[in-house]
Amino acid sequence: MSEWNSLYDAILTGDDKTATAVTEEALEKGAEPLELVNQYMVPAMDEVGKRFEEEEYFIPEMLLSARAMERSLALIQPRLAASGAKPIGRVAIGTVKGDQHDIGKNLVRSMLQGGGFEVYDLGMDVPHEKFIEAIQEKDVNIVCLSTLLTTTMPSMKTIIDNIQQAGLRDRVKVMVGGAPITPEFADQIGADCYGDSAYSAVKLARNLISA
Amino acid sequence: MHDVLTDLLKQTPVILDGAWGTQLQARGLPPGECTDGWNLSHPGEVESVAREYVEAGSQIILTNTFGASRLMLNGHGLGDKAAEINRRGAEISKRAAGGRAKVFASMGPSGKLIMMGQTTEDELLEVFREQAAALAEGGADGLVIETMSDPQEAAIAVRAAKETGLPVAGCMVFDTGKNKDRTMMGTTPEQAAEALAEAGADIIGSNCGQGVSGFVAICQRLKAACGKPIWIKANAGIPEVVDGQVVYHTTPGEFASYAPQLKEAGASFLGGCCGTTPEFIRVLKQTVDSL
Repeated sequence: MSEWNSLYDAILTGDDKTATAVTEEALEKGAEPLELVNQYMVPAMDEVGKRFEEEEYFIPEMLLSARAMERSLALIQPRLAASGAKPIGRVAIGTVKGDQHDIGKNLVRSMLQGGGFEVYDLGMDVPHEKFIEAIQEKDVNIVCLSTLLTTTMPSMKTIIDNIQQAGLRDRVKVMVGGAPITPEFADQIGADCYGDSAYSAVKLARNLISA
Repeated sequence: MHDVLTDLLKQTPVILDGAWGTQLQARGLPPGECTDGWNLSHPGEVESVAREYVEAGSQIILTNTFGASRLMLNGHGLGDKAAEINRRGAEISKRAAGGRAKVFASMGPSGKLIMMGQTTEDELLEVFREQAAALAEGGADGLVIETMSDPQEAAIAVRAAKETGLPVAGCMVFDTGKNKDRTMMGTTPEQAAEALAEAGADIIGSNCGQGVSGFVAICQRLKAACGKPIWIKANAGIPEVVDGQVVYHTTPGEFASYAPQLKEAGASFLGGCCGTTPEFIRVLKQTVDSL
């Protein structure tokens, strides 16, 4: 990897203008869309995640990198779709009813998109039934639930119970995350996994799909 | 120093209140409903929470206005009622205090990020001004900016609050990093103290984000960085869900046992955040009185 290293650098430093300019130039010059993703964008976001784990990067740096990645990806995606490339999986994501804190959810969305998933962002303060509809209508493989508030934590269990009652539980995996959420809580409510950061979400989602 | 503060600080630590959201839920607030909207629809219930804290020994109680900035209320379709909800919130707490406690009115984050273009400095200044002015009009004795992650937003809120002429506490939430000594935005206690003091905060503090044990070091660092009176409101540990209810496992006694260390670390104001109840405040007051 060398030719489009500036794409890697731009995403790593969160420079979305350079990232999109380089992406446009690369596509014009005939670069393979999938190669741009796999050789430059994914490694850049991996490095962002590593820096986050090492406390060199915090949420602001991650947000900027994710935005640079998302904007570049938006240019690449039509070409990927045209070439018949399939997403690794389909994800529905949202903050649960009553919770209007979407910073974490947005980061996870960006990271999953960058990681090759097709993501349906249901937004924040999402009524329980919207998750059921997404499973039925969008055929998603993974449902990601987020909450920052302790008061809305029980909603996660309700949603999982509703999925069960609708007879859809074996069709989807459920990932949960958010500041007050713990692995023990995820176990208690019958989620398939808990993610402690946007970075770990991609690895976890890949594991769930291949499981 | 402000007269209100000079008076309060004659004997420290000053006892604050505990959590409100969980207390309101115990009175029937459904999860997900706008807590602040209850100032208009269920003022009696809100007042009973405030009164319980006064009776438990709080010398300062807060208000049910944490999420009542116009930007947060917009999410519940109540943005146009921002001024009324805040004014009523301050009035309710004042009435419950009945002269036995001071009221520091609560102002929480907007939920929007300046750096991502979701809001602007000008817009934040405007919404925090509106909130602070309404709280002052409702009779608040002071204002407390709480649970802030972004030092830029916190500084804007402090500046807006200071325009009322009331004493202002600026508090941030340290919940990130291996040692939980950074805000979500990566801000250290030293950086937070500097930003808040520069914006004019009379009191610097930290609330929420972690259990009480983590607050001793944060308190020391805030104090060393600014020399201002320090305000500490810790959570009752890590929440768990048992039988569909969120519970916290730190007991009032465990919580209060940190009071001597926090006082030693420079805390002038002590209270509780998520998971704490009037019982926590009662035991905290007993502990502090015996120091």
